[in-house]
Amino acid sequence: MTTHPSLSVLARYADGGPGLDEAAVWSVEVHLETCADCRARLAGSTPDSTHALLGRVAAELDRGIAAGPSPSRVRRPWSAVHRRWFAWALLPWLTMTVALLGCALLLQRLAPSLPPLVLLLAPVAPLPGVAVAWSRRTDPAWELIAGTPAAGLTMLLRRTAAVLAVLVPVLALVGARTGASAALMLLPCLSCTAAAVALGGRIGVRNAAIGIAVVWASAVVVPTLVTTNLPVVLLPGSIPAWALATVALVAFAATRADDYRRLSSRR
Amino acid sequence: MMRTVSAAETAPTTHPWAVHAEGLRVRAGRHLAVDGLDLALGTGVHGLLGPNGAGKTTLMRALATVVKPADGRLTLLGQPVDGRADLRRVRRALGYLPQQFGFYPRFTVREFVEYLAWLKEMPKTAIPGAVQRAIDRVGLTAKADARMKTLSGGMLRRAGIAQAIVNDPEVLLLDEPTVGLDPEQRLDFRTLLRELGADSCVLVSTHLVEDVVVACTDVVMINGGRLVYQGTPDGLMAQGEPGDAGDSPAERGYSALLRRYRAEQGR
Repeated sequence: MTTHPSLSVLARYADGGPGLDEAAVWSVEVHLETCADCRARLAGSTPDSTHALLGRVAAELDRGIAAGPSPSRVRRPWSAVHRRWFAWALLPWLTMTVALLGCALLLQRLAPSLPPLVLLLAPVAPLPGVAVAWSRRTDPAWELIAGTPAAGLTMLLRRTAAVLAVLVPVLALVGARTGASAALMLLPCLSCTAAAVALGGRIGVRNAAIGIAVVWASAVVVPTLVTTNLPVVLLPGSIPAWALATVALVAFAATRADDYRRLSSRR
Repeated sequence: MMRTVSAAETAPTTHPWAVHAEGLRVRAGRHLAVDGLDLALGTGVHGLLGPNGAGKTTLMRALATVVKPADGRLTLLGQPVDGRADLRRVRRALGYLPQQFGFYPRFTVREFVEYLAWLKEMPKTAIPGAVQRAIDRVGLTAKADARMKTLSGGMLRRAGIAQAIVNDPEVLLLDEPTVGLDPEQRLDFRTLLRELGADSCVLVSTHLVEDVVVACTDVVMINGGRLVYQGTPDGLMAQGEPGDAGDSPAERGYSALLRRYRAEQGR
């Protein structure tokens, strides 16, 4: 910390610096930047001509600011948010999923004797979106993004959240239309999503999503279509089990963050 | 503008080389594109030369932590890059321009560079200034608010360079940055390269031997995934003899090195 300059030095500085060498002027300037008291003393020892000049400048500036255009708004927060959360590649896949659910709903209305298609499809509905959310083939900027520190579980979760934000209301709506239980529509769907995220760090999100969809199709969808009996996993009695599975899988997925931070040639 | 300098920034570096590879092997598909490469790069502009299929792009992708090395040791900024390491710290200090990069066509140049700056986890307050500076440095100021899909090939390339340098990387990897640039822009780009190489490690892959001689402090030549030559541009020119193919001393040096290397391999 420099010592405060004396009043005579300040007076000479205010007068344009006669008798002060450059180094002295600099040290006074540096001190003034950080010392409000000395600035006040400087203002007191400023000659009238300087006061008049400063007054004129202030008046001119005020006039210029009042007459000029108002500053443009720098950013549109909403567009920045959706840009980060939502990869454009998701859009066609989400559209497809919603259309498929619509078809299932229609078919169920037209042919009530069939097993409830909507209920059978709901658990795997988010999987196409999740598979696309972080995949070398579908994200055009994949190579750019994969080398950045933000690539990882957080990014996948953000995009998965975007997928779910679209699909959960759709599923709830479709479920309400068909009279299916909302818990049976949503809990298996959340479990499958969490499982895909948890396994994705090891085997690739896309592979995990495909694997889960295949298991669901072969273990539940095909037998149901053959026997036309609703399997036990989709009866109201299994809701507690689904709730438990969802919580467990979400917790497990949360511990897999390290998998996504590591190098991999698969994702 | 003032900013706080963190202790990490002023700490002395404890690694001898920004990029250090020992016996590095990297696969491109099933083929070993980089096969036992030893390479040590410090501060400066390094030109990466080699014929088509020499493994330049695969090497770049491995250095950018996009693909996982199959074997060998790779150290970036003193930190090992393998399947177990947490790469966030290294990735924050990386800049990478892929040979072909995808982008979201509806983004403007500014939004694109901003998005990448955000992915590189730059401090929020520093992003707008850094983005503008990067765009200015590549000469895209007039096009900053044009959508990416309206840009020409050379402009896209420059937008790619802008996103690579936006975080002032310590290791900058540019894969074929001069493709699509007109002669005047190439001259500007060489100036930019020299500026960047003053205090960071820049690796530029190119087919143009002339670019390397003029703008680089160091030449790295690879063929068949192995190091053929590392030395100064003058050393490269000294390799050539009047009988070798090429129109300039550098080109003659390049073809002489390649010819001798192939003869050795054939023996």
